[in-house]
Amino acid sequence: QYFLLVNQFSIQAATVPKIPAALNRGLMDPGMTECQYSQISTVASSPMESQLGKKIPKRKWQTFPGRNKFYCNGRIMMGRQTGVFYLTLVLIVVTSGLFFAFDCPFLAYSLSPAIPAIGAFLFLFVMGMLLRASFSDPGVLPRATPDEAAHLEYGINSPGSGGCRSPPRTQEVVINGQTVKLKYCFTCKIFRPPRASHCSLCDNCVERFDHHCPWVGNCVGKRNYRYFYLFILSLSFLTIFIFAFVITHIVLRSNQTGFLSALKDSPLLNHSDTVLEVVVCFFSMWSIVGLSGFHTYLIGSNQTTNEDIKGLWSSKRGKGNYNPYSYSSVITNCCAALCGPLPPSLIDRRGFIQPDTPQTLCFGNSLVSLRADCDEADDLLFFFFLLHPSLLPVSLASWPFSHDSCLPLCVPHSRSCSHLSTPSALVLESSL
Amino acid sequence: MATEFHNLQELHHSASLATKVFIQRDYSEGTICKFQTKFPAELDSRIERALFEITVKTLNDYYAEAEKIGGQSYLEGCLACATAYVIFLCMETRYEKVLKKISKYIQDQNEKIYAPRGLLITDPIERGMRVIEISVFEDRGSSASSSGSSSTSSSSSGR
Repeated sequence: QYFLLVNQFSIQAATVPKIPAALNRGLMDPGMTECQYSQISTVASSPMESQLGKKIPKRKWQTFPGRNKFYCNGRIMMGRQTGVFYLTLVLIVVTSGLFFAFDCPFLAYSLSPAIPAIGAFLFLFVMGMLLRASFSDPGVLPRATPDEAAHLEYGINSPGSGGCRSPPRTQEVVINGQTVKLKYCFTCKIFRPPRASHCSLCDNCVERFDHHCPWVGNCVGKRNYRYFYLFILSLSFLTIFIFAFVITHIVLRSNQTGFLSALKDSPLLNHSDTVLEVVVCFFSMWSIVGLSGFHTYLIGSNQTTNEDIKGLWSSKRGKGNYNPYSYSSVITNCCAALCGPLPPSLIDRRGFIQPDTPQTLCFGNSLVSLRADCDEADDLLFFFFLLHPSLLPVSLASWPFSHDSCLPLCVPHSRSCSHLSTPSALVLESSL
Repeated sequence: MATEFHNLQELHHSASLATKVFIQRDYSEGTICKFQTKFPAELDSRIERALFEITVKTLNDYYAEAEKIGGQSYLEGCLACATAYVIFLCMETRYEKVLKKISKYIQDQNEKIYAPRGLLITDPIERGMRVIEISVFEDRGSSASSSGSSSTSSSSSGR
C-alpha cells in the first residue's frame, strides 16, 4: 500500500519537470490561462501560510519531539525537571562560598596560600564538569524519518503477515560472540542500537544510556558520561577537601583560643556557617564518594548503570555470559570511557528546518535541513527535498551541493515561484 | 537498463523519487559505527556491486578512523580534560574532522558515480548514523506517457 502511494506520488511528479511549466501542468486542464493559474495559489492556501507570515526559519530544537528544555537558542539542552539541578548548584556554590569566605583567610594565613588556590581550582573544575554534564546532549538518537519508519514496518511485514502493521519487537544480533536483543522503540520508531535505552522522563532514546540523573537535570549517556564521572569524582575531592580543612580550621582555632570560645567568640568564624559546611559535607561525602566508587567500577568493567542493575552480563545468568563490549584490560576500559573520541551530537539542534507541509500521504514531509554549522562551514552537504502543496504533492529534489553554490540554485526557484506566492515559494525565500 | 543522467543538475530537473533503500548498521563488532556491506536487491539493476561495496567499505574505514582508540585520541582526551574541555571551543575534535572528510567523500561519490546512475546517497549523519539512505530516482521522460492518467489522478486527489 505504501509503495502504491509512492508510485502515484512519483507519477504526479513526473508531469512537472520544471517549476513554471510544472505549475501549469499541475492544473486540471493543460491549457490553463493566467487567471486560472493564480487560482491555484488560493486553492493551495493552507495552514502553512499563517506560520510563514513570520518568514523566520525555525531551528530544529524548536520542533524537537522529546521532552527536553532548550536554552540560549538551542545551545543548552536539559531534561524536563530541572528543580533538583538548581538545588545541586545552590548546595555547591553556597558551601564553597562559605568555605572561601570564612575559612580560607585563616588557613591561607596560618597554613599556606596554596589551600585556597587548590580549593578554587577544584571548585571551578566541579562547576565546569557539572555544567557540561547538564547542558550537553547525552547522545539522543533522532527519531526515524517517515520513510525509515515505513520501510521498517512494511519491509519486515511484507511476507504475508496480513494487515498487521507493527514490526517485530526484537531483533537479534551477535556481538563479539554474545547474542544481544535489539528492541524496537515504538516512540522513536527505530530498532535501538545495542546499549541504547529509552528515557521515559525525556522521551528520547539515548545511546549508551546510563541513567537519568535528577541532580544533573539530564540523562547521562554516551556523550556526557565522562563529564558526569569527572563531576562526581572532583566533587568527592572537593567535599573531602572542604570537610578536612574546616575541621582543621576549628582544630587550629581551638588550639589557639580554646574550643568553645573558638566557636562563639571569633568574629571571623561564624558558628552556624561552620556547622552548615560540616553537615553538608559530611552527609554528601558518603553518597558522593560511594557513587564515584560505583562508577569507577562500572568504567573498569565497561558497563552502564542500566546494564549493571539488570545484571545483563553477570555470570549468574549463565555460564557463557560475558560482557561483549569490554576490552581486554581494565585500563583500556577506563581510557576508552574517559579519553576516547567524543562523538558528535546527532540531533543538530541549532540547524534550520522548514515546517512540514500538510500531507495527504503518510510519508515524505517537506524538509529543508541546513545543519547548524552551515553558517561556518564552507562546503557542507545538504539534501533539499521539497513537496509543493499546491501541486498535490510534487517532489522537487535538489541535489547535494556545497553551501557556496546552494544560494544560486535556490534563487531561480524562488524567482519563478515568487509571483505565485505559494507556500513553498515563501518557504524558499525565507530560507535564503 | 538504468536511465543515464549526466550530472546532478540534470538529475534534479528531470527525475522523480521512486524509492529509498536503507543500508542498516552492522553491530557484529559492538557499538562502533559500521554499515552492512550486503548488496540490496533494489539496486541490482542500477549499480555494479563492486562500486557499491567500495563506497560502503570506505565509509566504514572512515568511521573506524574517527572512533579509533589510540595514541592520538588519548592525547586529545587528556588535553581536553586538563583544560576542562574549554579547548573544544577553539579546536575541532578528530571525529568532526573525519565527518567533514566523509561529507566530501559522499559528495564526490554522488557526483561521479551515483548521480549518473540515478541514485543519491544521503550522509548517515543526517539520519542519526542509523542508516545509509540511498534514494533511487526514475527518469521523468520515461513516464511521460502516463501524464494523461496522472492529471486525472491529480484532479481527484486535489480535493
